[in-house]
Amino acid sequence: MTDTPKSGSIFTQTGLMAKRNASEKRFRFYGLVAVVASLMMLAFILFTIFSAGLSSFRQTTVTFSLELTEAKLDPKGGRDPAKLAKVTTVGYNKLIGTGFAAAIKEHGIEIEGLTDKDAAGFLSDEAAANLRDRVLADPTLIGQTVEINALVMGRIDGFMKGRVTAESAANDSNISAEQLALAKALDDKGLLHLSFNPAFITGTDASDTRPEAAGLGVAILGSAYMMLLVIVLALPVGVAASIYLEEFAPKNKLTDLIEVNISNLAAVPSIVFGILGLAIFINFAGLPQSSSLVGALVLSLMTLPTIIIATRASLKAVPPSIRDAALGVGASKMQTTFHHVLPLAIPGILTGAIIGLARALGETAPLLLIGMVAFVREYPGAPPAGFSDPASALPVQIYQWTQRSDPAFVERASGAIIVLLVFLLVMNTTAILLRRRFERRW
Amino acid sequence: MSLTKLATSTLAILAASTIAASARDQVQITGSSTVLPYATIVAEAFGENFDFATPVVEGGGSGAGRKKLCEGVGENTVDIANSSSRISQGDLDLCATNGVGEVMEVRIGYDGIVFASDIAGPAFALTPADVYGALAGKVAKDGALVDNAAAQWSEVNAALPAQNIMVFIPGTKHGTREVFDTKVIVEGCKATGAYDLFLATAEGADDKEKKTAAEKACNELRTDGKSIDVDGDYTETLARIDADKNGVGVFGLSFYQNNTDKLQVATMNGIVPTVETIAAGDYPVSRPLYFYVKKAHIGVIPGLKEYIEFFVSDEMAGPDGPLAEYGLVSDPELAATQAAVAAETPMGPLE
Repeated sequence: MTDTPKSGSIFTQTGLMAKRNASEKRFRFYGLVAVVASLMMLAFILFTIFSAGLSSFRQTTVTFSLELTEAKLDPKGGRDPAKLAKVTTVGYNKLIGTGFAAAIKEHGIEIEGLTDKDAAGFLSDEAAANLRDRVLADPTLIGQTVEINALVMGRIDGFMKGRVTAESAANDSNISAEQLALAKALDDKGLLHLSFNPAFITGTDASDTRPEAAGLGVAILGSAYMMLLVIVLALPVGVAASIYLEEFAPKNKLTDLIEVNISNLAAVPSIVFGILGLAIFINFAGLPQSSSLVGALVLSLMTLPTIIIATRASLKAVPPSIRDAALGVGASKMQTTFHHVLPLAIPGILTGAIIGLARALGETAPLLLIGMVAFVREYPGAPPAGFSDPASALPVQIYQWTQRSDPAFVERASGAIIVLLVFLLVMNTTAILLRRRFERRW
Repeated sequence: MSLTKLATSTLAILAASTIAASARDQVQITGSSTVLPYATIVAEAFGENFDFATPVVEGGGSGAGRKKLCEGVGENTVDIANSSSRISQGDLDLCATNGVGEVMEVRIGYDGIVFASDIAGPAFALTPADVYGALAGKVAKDGALVDNAAAQWSEVNAALPAQNIMVFIPGTKHGTREVFDTKVIVEGCKATGAYDLFLATAEGADDKEKKTAAEKACNELRTDGKSIDVDGDYTETLARIDADKNGVGVFGLSFYQNNTDKLQVATMNGIVPTVETIAAGDYPVSRPLYFYVKKAHIGVIPGLKEYIEFFVSDEMAGPDGPLAEYGLVSDPELAATQAAVAAETPMGPLE
């Protein structure tokens, strides 16, 4: 490699230069292809998720007036709350079914072959539960005729959204041709409304028989609680550990060993942290199962190495001249670190925290073993006591919905992914705004 | 530093609050993913109609659920394990060593296992012998065992469509696989005569060991990619059939009933699987579903007794209840179960 270059003008292209230029061009092209390919994949993923999931934010309801007959809901009279509670949702279901059948006739809709069972099945079981809650909260409603806005069953909702067609319904034992005809007739009369459904975001999960009522409220709360706890637990511990290792700890075999172990921990499969969490937090410490507290502890353990590695890298990136200057004017080691080095490292630390939290937000595997992959229908209480209540999490909810047999849950799972993405976006935006505030140039 | 103060005070509050809030007020259930949908339907209705909190229901598998049940007694252990197969002696021993004490066995009904294929494809009328002939590693031919070379269903049985064999069966970790093995493959093995051939060459000290060895040999399925183990759930099997229309999949009856617009079901011995034919015992491939209750928790965990009574009530598990509507085959002896639950009868030793 010691050949002296041939003499000549640099403006005349020699063979070697042409080769070099060509190889650069090729490399640029490869890079561009890589960027375009990944952008296309991202666009494809977003397109499939949004096209399948956006419809879950809207839900079909039907409005009709219903007489709350006293004979059915309070046969003895007296409005005794204990006796009123004896009438179960099954009783309310029957009342709504017959009431709905009557309302159909009242509106002059005649469908040949439509049985009362078809009419009752047209509505979601959730309608009965909602009505029961409404009556128990306000017993004076009994005996009156009220306007109710009831969810319709998942298949009819699918028909309104175009997911269920007359052809697919013909083979579907869960929906009859008469029910489809009824949906069309009601729609023509303007009684069916496909409108924004806040219950998808605030409501609780529902069983397999009523996909139309399933919501993300518990999962969003659970994820929010866990992220809050992970920030509170993992960030201080991680930052303190990295400051000590980077600024104060002597460089010896022991710190080397710790360093290698932290790097290795970052690559440990997340399910391992779940096993650890089950053994330590639930079986040994006796913390409550399925709670967001245990979930957060497990996720904190998982996030710690990421935060430590990022924090150490950003501490290392602070120029040594800053430390020297501070020490030179008489600051102690601690003052140097906390007054000068740490503030400059904050943007890097925040980046590490974002990466760690984003990973923690999307994890299901470690939560599987500590009982969080579960059907939870009660909202967790307000913090701090609510941290030990059972809760779900957004990725867990998505995982569970994809396993359900009713196809309506596919739409809801995609909708939940959109919510998860928005959640992530909000979290990252906050972190980026914070980082902007702390960013300093020298 | 305010950050440190914040962190320490939060930790202190957390520690205090978890100790204060450790009393559990909802039932914890885990176990079989086959029973999971039924349990969630009951839990939902229970939460709506009773003054107790809605139980928390986990999936994860029958075996794992029973192990969790037998981990011990106390508020941070589960109360009920759902199971799609009967509890084993090993689990009961584990329960005994961990001081779990008496366990109640509750049979909630039956689950049908069906074969289904793409709705647009030809219909299948199967027998266990057909399934065995299509999937077994070795089949009987002219009185000898030969490697299975059938590529199309019509080669197994001329009455079946000329379609490439491709069957998605539940993976070995599923409880469904056990039923598939015993009620379909071994039956088919016997019907085709392969079982006798296996028995003739089986090794073992006595007849019983020989029979076990022969059954084990029957369950050796072909490994040339025509029989495909699916380790995921039924939604994965459905997606596989969607992708390859030649596929035939094994499903639970309730899953099929929810997807009749995409799947057509195969008859078995000429019987169409429905809730009625399974309840009558005509359709051969079914299994009982159970849950196991930790008796020591009754009276300690609020709502536990009420939940199990509600589960087996006619309103829920009866032939007209929501569980039957979803695909559970109602137990003809439900009344006996209700009486046993009311009396809190613990299960006896396994026979």
